[in-house]
Amino acid sequence: MHVHLREPGREDEETVETGCNAAAAGGFTGVACMPNTNPDIDSAEVVRFIKEKAAKHLVDVYPVAAATLARKGEAISPMLELYEAGAVGFSDDGVAIKSAGILRNVLEYSKMIDAPVIEHCEDESLAGGAMNESFTSTILGLPGIPNVAEDLIVIRDIMMAEFTDGRVHIAHISSKNAVDLVRQAKKKGIKVTAEVAPHHFTLTDDMLKTFDTNYKMNPPLRTRDDVDAMIEGLKDGTIDCIASDHAPHSIEEKEMEFIYAPNGILGLETQIGLAISELVKKKHLTLEQLVEKFAVNPRRILKLPVPKIQVGEHANFTIFDPELIWTVEAAKFKSKSKNAPYDKRLLTGKAVAVINKKKMFVDDKMMEI
Amino acid sequence: MPLSTRHLLGLNGVPREDLQLILDTARTFREVLERPIKKVPTLQGKTIVNLFYEDSTRTRISFELAQKRLSADTINFSTSTSSVKKGETFKDTVRNIEAMKVDMIVVRHKSAGVPQYLTKISRANIINAGDGVHEHPTQGLLDMYSINERIGKLDGLKVCIVGDVAHSRVALSNIYGLKTMGAKVSVCGPSTMIPVGIESLGVKVYHKIEDALRENDVLNVLRIQLERDAGKRIPSVREYHNYFGVTTERIEKYNKDILILHPGPINRGVELSSEAADGPYQVILEQVTNGVAVRMAVLYLLGTMH
Ligand SMILES: [Zn+2]
Repeated sequence: MHVHLREPGREDEETVETGCNAAAAGGFTGVACMPNTNPDIDSAEVVRFIKEKAAKHLVDVYPVAAATLARKGEAISPMLELYEAGAVGFSDDGVAIKSAGILRNVLEYSKMIDAPVIEHCEDESLAGGAMNESFTSTILGLPGIPNVAEDLIVIRDIMMAEFTDGRVHIAHISSKNAVDLVRQAKKKGIKVTAEVAPHHFTLTDDMLKTFDTNYKMNPPLRTRDDVDAMIEGLKDGTIDCIASDHAPHSIEEKEMEFIYAPNGILGLETQIGLAISELVKKKHLTLEQLVEKFAVNPRRILKLPVPKIQVGEHANFTIFDPELIWTVEAAKFKSKSKNAPYDKRLLTGKAVAVINKKKMFVDDKMMEI
Repeated sequence: MPLSTRHLLGLNGVPREDLQLILDTARTFREVLERPIKKVPTLQGKTIVNLFYEDSTRTRISFELAQKRLSADTINFSTSTSSVKKGETFKDTVRNIEAMKVDMIVVRHKSAGVPQYLTKISRANIINAGDGVHEHPTQGLLDMYSINERIGKLDGLKVCIVGDVAHSRVALSNIYGLKTMGAKVSVCGPSTMIPVGIESLGVKVYHKIEDALRENDVLNVLRIQLERDAGKRIPSVREYHNYFGVTTERIEKYNKDILILHPGPINRGVELSSEAADGPYQVILEQVTNGVAVRMAVLYLLGTMH
């Protein structure tokens, strides 16, 4: 869930093929890709283009289409047509849907197909910083993005979901209060779900003290309190899924003055290792719960069939070794980009093989079976 | 005794011995500046690049003059447009400069962290001449020098930084440097101009200029930078002046022994009244002269290191 494949538009950073290779290497047989490509995924042609590119690959690609045309927040996208072409959800990712008025229409319209509206929660008037707003941003002299920028849109979206009876999925949740808001909303029976990216339950904004742009992403790395709240949210089910927010960027783009460097880090090839190391080994989640967060819940939210392992079913599964200790080597990533802050980190747990569509990816090789 | 670092990226973490050495060396150069021939051959044969990605004529001229006084060869590279808009990336520009065999780079940039980044991509000694609202160490040093010259000590002094502390590149360097030298540092300004968590640095926060005046020995009055969106954080320049402006009236009423610093250029009638800016309580022009001496000291100490 929540990967940026960059095709069409930035094939120098990632393509559908290299992104799928990264997914397979990371242990995923399906990915939902976000619409902020160039052109945006706001027409059936682009949805079909991506589906075709991925057709022969082991990894299933499920495009998330733009909720509004060109993600501008002005006119709703042709959701019925997009859905028919294969889109599984709608999002203006990169930004939140601009106004409550247009969000209302998006939610009401998407109800006809029961597709989730996936929201990048960030209030526009509080956005624009280069890191989390905190004591650390004061010390580093970098402009901050406060937690409340996220909280405001989360509460707006929850209220709009309640009002329209539509389905909102909170993308890359990162703020403590936002987790509380989702928790309360779920208790009230509002149709809201949430995902968290691995960096938001593993890293804090202290990491930025080196000014390494591989720690720059949006939402930004927050504080220890927020990280603990993410783990708590995963434990009690407030946060339904772990999503990579895999965001490839070229070396030239990342090797830049901090405030100019683009947001985003890679995630597909490290997230199982990070989740096992930080969540399972530390006894926050069981392996079964982890499988739910990675494989089952995302498919439920996107209304995709959950593969079963039994006679008569197509084989679609991941084999992973939860005890395998390995070192992250960004240079060896299948992804076309290398922007990962976890380079050289020692992780426990790794996918060994993935099987889908009568293909198997094992030992760095794709084979027919 | 040399400095413990080969770059001057900020004053955070710089030990007292280093600060003292720079201030002492600056005193020597301050004397040189009073001579008829103000030039010494100390950095002859050294090449220094002033890499200015943000307009700051004053700081650049001060560095340039310091370099000339030390007989170094100086190259100016100034551009106010970001590298993003230009064809060439920052890294490529630096690589090019590096290929010209430069010994030192003085860098000014809109983005915090650029001096740190430079140390990774260049072999030259790096001097930070202001990175975003992060640090501006030579300004901090020249402020400390100017205070010390007037009052004769830093240890135990109470210094308050007044103005848009959150968007100042001077504030943090002042706080770190002064605290290391034993001074007590506070800040004063409207709450929209005080950065998150500044108290955690052991800094007191004032919202009343009268209190700040009464309880301190020195006020370092910052420029209200309307060109940097300061207008969004205050209702009007008039209101700012009425509630936070430093005027002769206030000085005479609350603290006649105060020493006023200002990094310049002054907005007369905003942060400082015209009378106060020219009055007997300030060292504003001395700061400019001291700035050259302090920069000479830094260039000399880093440039003659082995
Ligand atoms: Zn996003």
